[in-house]
Amino acid sequence: MTDKFIWTKKDLLGIEYLSAAEIEHILDTAASFKEVSTRDIKKVPALRGKTAANLFYEPSTRTRVSFEVAEKRLSCDVINMDMKASSVLKGETLADTGRNLEALKIDVFIIRHTYAGAANVLSKFVKGSVINAGDGKHEHPTQALLDMYTLREKFGKIKGLNVAIIGDISHSRVARSNIWGLRKLGANVVLCAPEIILPKYAREFGVKVTSNIDEALKDAHAINVLRMQFERDDIKSFPTPSEYFKNYGITKERLKKCRPDIVVMHPGPMNRGLEISSDVADGKNSVILEQVTNGIAVRMAVLFLTITAKRGENEILN
Amino acid sequence: MEKVIQTADAIEKTLQRMAYEIMEKHESVDNIVFVGIRTRGVYLAKRLKEKFDKAASKNAPIGELDITLYRDDLSQIADAPVIKATTINFDINGKNIILTDDVLYTGRTIRAALTELADFGRPASIELAVLIDRGHRELPISANYIGKSVPTSRKEFIQVKLKEEDKEDIVILGERNDR
Repeated sequence: MTDKFIWTKKDLLGIEYLSAAEIEHILDTAASFKEVSTRDIKKVPALRGKTAANLFYEPSTRTRVSFEVAEKRLSCDVINMDMKASSVLKGETLADTGRNLEALKIDVFIIRHTYAGAANVLSKFVKGSVINAGDGKHEHPTQALLDMYTLREKFGKIKGLNVAIIGDISHSRVARSNIWGLRKLGANVVLCAPEIILPKYAREFGVKVTSNIDEALKDAHAINVLRMQFERDDIKSFPTPSEYFKNYGITKERLKKCRPDIVVMHPGPMNRGLEISSDVADGKNSVILEQVTNGIAVRMAVLFLTITAKRGENEILN
Repeated sequence: MEKVIQTADAIEKTLQRMAYEIMEKHESVDNIVFVGIRTRGVYLAKRLKEKFDKAASKNAPIGELDITLYRDDLSQIADAPVIKATTINFDINGKNIILTDDVLYTGRTIRAALTELADFGRPASIELAVLIDRGHRELPISANYIGKSVPTSRKEFIQVKLKEEDKEDIVILGERNDR
């Protein structure tokens, strides 16, 4: 870790747009922020006087709460906006929402949206930082960062790790962001799902794709178990939940055939007995709650770096 | 043009003297703890602690402070420093803290350190130990233990190099190239 790293990106729109060095720098910074949450007074004044707007166009509890906790631990003022109940209903465009909030002198916008690219669009209209908290099926960068952070904490490094991503990959922005990040940091990625929902195009990203769960889990250092999104219409043709659990659910029996130190991750919320059994979710290989804790440190790092990013106009200073 | 202010030998002797001063100043040394300010203050705190431990037959707790998140110029600094963790693995309530840094200049670093320490508890006292005091304070802050006072102009710089970080022990006074 070098003593000087000039962070220049005001936005975090996706892992796709980051270099390996930038990802590592976020993870290094997060490691330092983790300590803050262990203090009696869990707060530092780093972003005092800044204001964050959490714009959630799609329901979210854990991501929104995690961002809010991260913002508050950095002394940032927080405005939560449930966009479904606001001006969207009255027909306001994203650009106008952004401009109006900027007129209120907001410094950072956290946006969760049903449409892919919503964060990118917003970033074109505001001078403040934009952090993508999940856009359609596109990306969920802070989730991938906290997954990578957790892996790095467990194994020391990401390079050379075998990571299996199991489940509803084609609907998953978590999978997409993880694939970008893990490939950039040199991990080997296997995607596994029933043939019918397996995205074949994924091979273009340099990952292995299989519908054979045993093959995917063999030699894996870590499994990222995705939530089966049965509420989505286009998954109705799919095998029943009980069939899925039988063939792809992560159970104690399946883990027995894996490396003893295998790490089980899940971005939440979990469907117990569907994609993961309770004894695995609560078992010794599970890092699911550590992911939640690490999410705060990672989001603090992202907030801090994007808000204090060295912007273009500062370049002349040096 | 650069001038050597302190050699390795002088630094060693200075720290030894400061360790004795700390002992002399305190009737009871039981509650003395050391906290170094990153980066070089941490190494100086370690060296002070070792000398103090030896002289007082103690094993004083030691912590490390990264004050970056408490700076008052975070949004102004051009080259953002890499943030490192603060590690204070002991209760500071009721302790006599010897806060240690390499150079005392504007006092703003110390102001940030004091604010951060307050978030960890309420020590009985905080004293400041610095290897070099170069003047030009912008805040009402002074050091209790000073290795060497060096009158400087703002155009000059003081560079403290320590073995742990810079491969050698030396303190240099130089002139900044046109800034």
